[in-house]
Amino acid sequence: MVENTPDSLPNRNRRRWLIADGCLAAAGLIGLSRKAHAASGKLRVGMTPAFLHDQHSLLDEWRDFMAASLKRPVEFVQRDSYRETMDLLQLEKLDFAWICDYPYLHLKQVVRLLAVPLYQGRPYYQCHVIVRKDNTAVRSIADLGGSVFAYADPYSNTGYLAPRYEIRQLGRDPAVFFRKTFFTWSHRKVVEAVASGLAQGGAVDSYIRDTLVHVEPALALRTRVIWRSPEYGFPPFVAHRSVSAEDFQLMQRHLLDTTKTEAGRRLLARLHLDGFTVGSPALYEGVSRMMRAFGEA
Amino acid sequence: MRWLFNLSFRHKIPLWTSFLIGFSIFVVGAALMARAYEDMKNAVVISAENLGHTLANTVAPTLLHDDTWRAFEIVRSPIRSGSAHTPVEVDAVVVLGRDRRVFVSSDPDTLPMLTEAANLGADWLRLSDWLVPETKWPLVLEPDNSNYLYLVLPITDNDAQLGHLVLRYAKSVFHPWFIATSWQAVGIGLLVLAILIPINWYWASRMAAPLVDLARRMGSMPETVPQPLPPDMYPYHDELGQLFQAYDRMVLALRDKAALENEMVKSERLAAIGQLTAGIAHEINNPLAGLITAIDTLKLRRDLDPRALRHLDLIDRGLMQIRDTVAALLVQTKVQARPLNQHDLEDIRTLIQPQISKRHIRLDWSAAMPDELPAPASLVRQILINLLLNAVQAAADGGQVSLWLGRKDGSESCLSIVVCNDGALLDEERLAHLFEPFSTTRAGGHGLGLWMAYQIVTQLEGRISARNIDGRVEFVVNLPLGENSCSTASA
Repeated sequence: MVENTPDSLPNRNRRRWLIADGCLAAAGLIGLSRKAHAASGKLRVGMTPAFLHDQHSLLDEWRDFMAASLKRPVEFVQRDSYRETMDLLQLEKLDFAWICDYPYLHLKQVVRLLAVPLYQGRPYYQCHVIVRKDNTAVRSIADLGGSVFAYADPYSNTGYLAPRYEIRQLGRDPAVFFRKTFFTWSHRKVVEAVASGLAQGGAVDSYIRDTLVHVEPALALRTRVIWRSPEYGFPPFVAHRSVSAEDFQLMQRHLLDTTKTEAGRRLLARLHLDGFTVGSPALYEGVSRMMRAFGEA
Repeated sequence: MRWLFNLSFRHKIPLWTSFLIGFSIFVVGAALMARAYEDMKNAVVISAENLGHTLANTVAPTLLHDDTWRAFEIVRSPIRSGSAHTPVEVDAVVVLGRDRRVFVSSDPDTLPMLTEAANLGADWLRLSDWLVPETKWPLVLEPDNSNYLYLVLPITDNDAQLGHLVLRYAKSVFHPWFIATSWQAVGIGLLVLAILIPINWYWASRMAAPLVDLARRMGSMPETVPQPLPPDMYPYHDELGQLFQAYDRMVLALRDKAALENEMVKSERLAAIGQLTAGIAHEINNPLAGLITAIDTLKLRRDLDPRALRHLDLIDRGLMQIRDTVAALLVQTKVQARPLNQHDLEDIRTLIQPQISKRHIRLDWSAAMPDELPAPASLVRQILINLLLNAVQAAADGGQVSLWLGRKDGSESCLSIVVCNDGALLDEERLAHLFEPFSTTRAGGHGLGLWMAYQIVTQLEGRISARNIDGRVEFVVNLPLGENSCSTASA
């Protein structure tokens, strides 16, 4: 069903339903459960494929570091697609989340910008379109027409929105440009799909691919980048609007102070990040523009 | 080829049995190997079927939702790279959609997505012909000239056919595996041979050795009569054992026959000598009687001078000696005799007593007889005296002589006399000419004692024989009692 119509997912309708009716309908029950959590002091943080979320030891280390620093119990909630994390945020099952910039703009009504990670010293990243290293025939996205293409996630900017926008800029319809497209639900698996030859091309997060080059060079170096997008605001940490001002401050301060401790710096090194900044919604103007081009937001 | 059949049993039996053992091991081994190959193929098919069903069920939802990546993850899950390959390890998994195009495959490089199955190669062209509802699933396909074995299963969801799952197995993987198994089998075969061949050679040579020995012994006939086989050479009762027993019986019969012939020759010779000596003795006796009478008459004359008288005495003594010798040679048995009684035996004991005492010889006297026996007393006395004196002379100083007299084996019709001495044993030559006149070399004997005994016994239709037994020399005489003949072949 994805073939030729990758953007025909019933996303928008579903999203509206959730925002308009679902949230309200579930409000009573969920509010109750959220208060129960607030009372126990446990902070629930959603983790998404915005980074290599399947590195479990890294997540454990991070959670312990966070809990120790905040002096509060912390629960990391991992989901394999952005959509699931977005649903959890809308259902107030999460207090904080590290999500992609694209879902952030979708959930602007529900979440507030908490902090933006600094990658290579700046809060920006790119979309990389990759092909297999031995595939020397392809030099640009235009050469990939009629091939099989791997997207990361329908709610990923770099893994879905940005490449489609570029194809549109080339004057082609992204819905029919490729012979077949599919989602791998993770940037890492896009690299895998391209490296294995399943797809001839794929769109990935530049931050994740660069990290993979360090973490798993055997896999990452079997691919080569043929297109780099303009810079977009880095996937941000967001807080649900219902999170109290104290908790918001507490978490924001924790993130911004990560670089100040040895444990924090060690963690950042493992994440291949340089720190956090407060950031501003203006960082994501580029993404908004692309969304508007596709009639979203 | 003929030389092979002419070989000695010593070589032929082990060679043939070794050949048969080797051949059997080869045939059984080959059959087992063929079976092992089939079993391995069956194991591959069974394993493939299990895997296929699992994969077909798991991959069905991904076909329904067109989830390429999940499908890829599923079909790739049984593929292991880097590990040692086993025959049951799947080489490639392919999901074909309803349109018979590759929906996903575990090896996108060689089996790319969206390619029509028929365009993937000759194997796949044949395979796609089978993708019809009439096919009986699972389909196991082993195309000719192909290095692969395929197993195909339909992918269904609530009776709706979504596509087909194809599992491909590389036969090139199970060849080395099969060869490894073969080497193992060869090793076991050689081990069995290494154990069986020496056992076989030992057994075969054990069986062949008596046969070879038998052939050698029989080959020496009829020039010589062969020895009987040693009794422990083949102590079994199978056909071979029976053959050896028959051989032994034959050898004994031959030996008896030879002994009989020997005996007959000896008897005939002795009879001829007897006739000759009797003839000569008669010819001498007649003029001798005249001569003795003439000398007696001469000696009665008074006018003889002492010198002539001395010569006459000399002649007389010479003639007397001739008469004695001739009388001894001319054994006369046709005399009216009284039966033998106890007193005769006592007389004989008394008569030889001085000789016994002189030589310090121990005498074992065992005469079990009734008061009277219907045997000619004077002749039996002559035989006994001759045999006993001969024994005493043959025995060593301080040695032993024994006499046994009685009815042979309790028989009513036969008198047996057995005289033994512990002197020097008799050699073959002596035995052959023992009963001939003047055969003795002993000083002091006239060499006619045994001859006389033989003549008497023969004329009484009895038998006399001598042999060495238990380190002693034994003389056995069997005499018929009364009119009955003494039915005895030899002592």
